[in-house]
Amino acid sequence: MKICSLDDLSKIRNDRRSLNSRINGRSIEDRIEILVGLATCGISSGAKETQLAFENEIKEKNFKNISVIPVGCIGNCYSEPTVQINVPGQSPVIYGRVHVQDVPEIIEKHIRDGIPVDRLALTNPVDNKQMRIALRHCGLINPEDIFEYLACDGYEALGCAVTQMSPEFIIDEVKKSGLRGRGGGGFPTGVKWEITRAQPGERKYIICNADEGDPGAFMDRSILEGDPHCVLEAMAIGGYALGADQGIIYIRAEYPLAVSRLNTAISQARKLGLLGPNIFGSNFNFDIRIKYGAGAFVCGEETALINSCEGKRGEPNFKPPYPAQKGYWGYPTCVNNVETFANIAPIITKGSSWFASIGTEKSKGTKVFALAGKINNVGLAEVPMGITLRELIYEIGGGIRDGHKFKAIQTGGPSGGVISEEYLDTPIDYDNLIEIGSMMGSGGMIVMDETDNMVNIAKFYLEFSMDESCGRCTPCRIGTKRMYEIINKITSGKGTMADLNSLKQLTYMVRDSSLCGLGQSAPNPVISTMKHFMSEYLAFIPDPRAKLKFNVNKHSRKSKKAD
Amino acid sequence: MLEPKEADDHKEIIPIKINDQNITVPVGITILEAAHQIGIRIPTLCHLDLHDIKMVNKTSSCRVCMVELSKGNNRNDLVPACVTPVTRDMEIRTDTLRAIRARRMAVELLLSNHPNECFTCPKNLECELQALAAELGVRQIRWEGERMDYPKDVSSDAIVKDANKCIYCRRCETMCNEVQTCGILSGIGRGFDSFVGPAFNIPMAESSCTYCGQCVQVCPTAALTEVNHTDKVWEALNDPDKHVVVQTAPAIRAALGELFNMEAGTLVTGKMVTALKRMDFDAVFDTNFGADITVMEEATELIYRMNNEKRLPMLTSCCPAWVKFIEHQFPELLDVPSTCKSPHIMFGTIAKTYYAEKNEIDPDNIVVVSVMPCIAKKAEAKRPELTKDEHNNVDIVITTRELGAMIKEAGIEFAELPESDFDSPMGMASGAAAIFGNTGGVIEAVIRTACEWITGDPLDNVEFDQLRGANGLRKAAIKVGNKELRIGIASGLGNARQLLEQIRDGKEDYDAIEIMACPGGCVAGGGQPYHHGNYEIVRKRQEAIYQEDKNKQLRKAHENIEVLKLYKEYLGEPYGEFAQDLLHTHFEERERI
Ligand SMILES: Cc1cc2nc3c(=O)[nH]c(=O)nc-3n(C[C@H](O)[C@H](O)[C@H](O)COP(=O)(O)O)c2cc1C
Repeated sequence: MKICSLDDLSKIRNDRRSLNSRINGRSIEDRIEILVGLATCGISSGAKETQLAFENEIKEKNFKNISVIPVGCIGNCYSEPTVQINVPGQSPVIYGRVHVQDVPEIIEKHIRDGIPVDRLALTNPVDNKQMRIALRHCGLINPEDIFEYLACDGYEALGCAVTQMSPEFIIDEVKKSGLRGRGGGGFPTGVKWEITRAQPGERKYIICNADEGDPGAFMDRSILEGDPHCVLEAMAIGGYALGADQGIIYIRAEYPLAVSRLNTAISQARKLGLLGPNIFGSNFNFDIRIKYGAGAFVCGEETALINSCEGKRGEPNFKPPYPAQKGYWGYPTCVNNVETFANIAPIITKGSSWFASIGTEKSKGTKVFALAGKINNVGLAEVPMGITLRELIYEIGGGIRDGHKFKAIQTGGPSGGVISEEYLDTPIDYDNLIEIGSMMGSGGMIVMDETDNMVNIAKFYLEFSMDESCGRCTPCRIGTKRMYEIINKITSGKGTMADLNSLKQLTYMVRDSSLCGLGQSAPNPVISTMKHFMSEYLAFIPDPRAKLKFNVNKHSRKSKKAD
Repeated sequence: MLEPKEADDHKEIIPIKINDQNITVPVGITILEAAHQIGIRIPTLCHLDLHDIKMVNKTSSCRVCMVELSKGNNRNDLVPACVTPVTRDMEIRTDTLRAIRARRMAVELLLSNHPNECFTCPKNLECELQALAAELGVRQIRWEGERMDYPKDVSSDAIVKDANKCIYCRRCETMCNEVQTCGILSGIGRGFDSFVGPAFNIPMAESSCTYCGQCVQVCPTAALTEVNHTDKVWEALNDPDKHVVVQTAPAIRAALGELFNMEAGTLVTGKMVTALKRMDFDAVFDTNFGADITVMEEATELIYRMNNEKRLPMLTSCCPAWVKFIEHQFPELLDVPSTCKSPHIMFGTIAKTYYAEKNEIDPDNIVVVSVMPCIAKKAEAKRPELTKDEHNNVDIVITTRELGAMIKEAGIEFAELPESDFDSPMGMASGAAAIFGNTGGVIEAVIRTACEWITGDPLDNVEFDQLRGANGLRKAAIKVGNKELRIGIASGLGNARQLLEQIRDGKEDYDAIEIMACPGGCVAGGGQPYHHGNYEIVRKRQEAIYQEDKNKQLRKAHENIEVLKLYKEYLGEPYGEFAQDLLHTHFEERERI
């Protein structure tokens, strides 16, 4: 069976209409649904066993009207395995830490008697502040069943795009929506598409960047594991808009589950004609293949990614030329992040003004954050841009763990900086975070409390960048190493004031002179901790008299970016 | 990294500002080039623009050319001048404290990971990093720390690789991959541990390296150098039992003077001979004599192959790097090269047979030293099949640079030397032999002889302009009697590859082909004085070589009376049984790694 028109699509959707209601939190007619979160996080906490226990229990007790449905990650990583129970006519209940031994109790009390098991129910107010666009289907549909995706308006946007919209119109919509790249740079997606479209070239490529090398970040993985079709659909829309008939997903080989779900999704989409020649009966052809990365952080940088795709050494090139001008094998190439793609279909179906109504003036829509560190609710949260760090940490994240005090939060992973308490009420968007010396990055957020030493934190991130440097340019290859050596000397109590000074000079030089974003941002954790927590550096310096003479401000220079 | 320069005509002209000077420049040139136009020097290290051979190293990895780009809002960027194209109304400052500091710190960082052994380094005073440190006024290295610590790769007979001195400019990699298309050298490891070497860091000797030495020619430091054999020469010279014979390749005389501050392109044949005599060589001969023999053999072989419907085209086989290249890369074409040994090996063979017999010297006591513009010749001399009667054809090979160093060591004021002539008999040579040093020269020399032999008429104009030129890949048709000889010429192994692919795929028909591994020919060899990116020097050497030919009365190899005497007295017929036995060799299929 092939889907050759929007009519075909709506027929299929009507057949499965009932599914759509699951998205709205209601179950189908008289069926009870048990949704088990089977993303990597769930599986590693035993969700497979939980799923099996439910199935066995149901068989044993001979229930007829219950389905157990594997879904992606709901986002409550602190309480895996998570299970959502939808009973018709009742609001859904989400349980956390559901292990095999808990299954009979849930079946008996909740399913049979209709009384939720309070002891396991998750009661956090997450959902009032969260707003799910990119994660709209995660944890709600079976990612390995394309019909579930179709049932909730899947591929509608692609169908409309290729049959009713011109590429220029789509680009204009994406531009007007204000969507900016979620891979870290925040470049306006519509503009990138427009530039790529405008380039001369007999062939063009669209690449999905699923390298996600940022330690502590896993939003892209969750999307791919929970809703792979939304990325495929968006890539096809992008391909149509900018004139590419080939898409590549560059994904790290350490994401085997995401890879297998993507492969399943691609072959299902091909079977239905949603990828391949003449999509929706139009003359637009598009197909997608997967390239595996070996998990080097720097391969997430777009030019390094392209080199890696071509089988070359995964190291970045100088830009210009940008990939949009000269990318994969020299052809104009558009590289977008997974989460960026996840926003595309809703923009097409709901319109740019809907999307642009969410967020701040310069950063529209939502952002998925991966909350980690000393915070109660470790996990994923998708929130509108403009929410404050305080809301994110205390309301969604549930505050600091074990009654400790907040000290700082690192955003943007190893490329970002630490943000101290005084900035907690800053509305989060691309520009504000840069303004306060950090960056959005891919959306990793790591919370630190008063037991954390900030110099050690800086050292940790610096070590990561040093190890992940491709080595191409001098500042990153040797500069990060020397910075690390100095900071190591300081934390081992052997540092001097001169070391602090030379560390500082190095941070500026490495930031200003490095070839790619890795080197340019590698000093950020050091720069920001020196700015906000200099006393912790000084505490490591053995000579107290020197400290008195040291004037922190004396050494800061007017220069680019953070300081 | 490789991008041929486009023609600058009809390019838009745009205004920019550098250090308060308003200028107009064609769009698309780099900041470095623009600054150069108004006499502003921006230091560079990894940058190398050899547009003559279409190589530009665009890695922009050293970050030594950082300049400040005005953003008009106090948040100026530092950008690398060597790869950043100018755009309309760009405002650049090369002289701000921030830019100067960043540049100096880049050099300091490089030095902090570089062995402190300038005194004993083979590149002392030739090192671009050393020169840069001086230029930028580096007086201390503030960041001492761990340094790279890799063992030297001395596996090969030709090239020494010292990864600890690698500053990761990747010039060698660009040369090896994009110009020579050998793909031996590339970045290995990551982060602080990165350096350039063969895949999996296997020893050079186990790789498919041709030892062309172009990587050595462009390496700014001593990460890649030739194996030094000067001590062996001194030892031989000081051994009373040894009769030490030296021969100098055609390209030496056109470049040696550069090592003594003489103008590039100065011919120093006579001074060179005097210097060698003062160094106490027992006989100072000319590889050009061997080249004349080579012409005798190759011209005969060509005519034989043409007349007997044997395999054509015939490829010249003088260049050992190119021979090793075809053995690794095109083993299916091993029947196309001429079986001739290269000129200096032929010379060595004759020295240990004919010359030894005539002068009643035990060949075991003869040491043949070749002075070559080439690093591959060092490895060639060690090839097992190139030994005759248990001794080497050639015992020691030194490069032009090594000879220069020895002359200095010997305390000889080279520039002041009087001139003298090569010794007899193996010092006599034709102009045809002289041009062996240039691309196209070998085939031109062979054609001069083949022409007369085929037509039986004397050749009046011996200069074949069709065979000369700067293009790395050339084609020519030469009328010989009622025949037309189709000639192909390639210099640079990337061009050679194209030519070989044409032959393999049967796309072009040629009768004879000359290939030289080094772009421009032997004058630009890996063992020549460093050109440091200035290919003008190579062009001057080429002119000098053609001048050497013009200066000669004798311009055809088959008119060299000493060579003719050699055949008459000893070898018999060119390409005859004995000549083949002594002067020809064979090639072997080699692995491709
Ligand atoms: C060191 C480094 C690592 C990066 N890693 C990623 C990554 O893992 N995923 C990603 O989408 N973008 C990453 N980027 C950003 C990409 O270069 C590129 O900007 C992005 O994929 C563009 O997509 P977007 O416009 O949709 O954000 C990285 C950049 C740098 C400098």
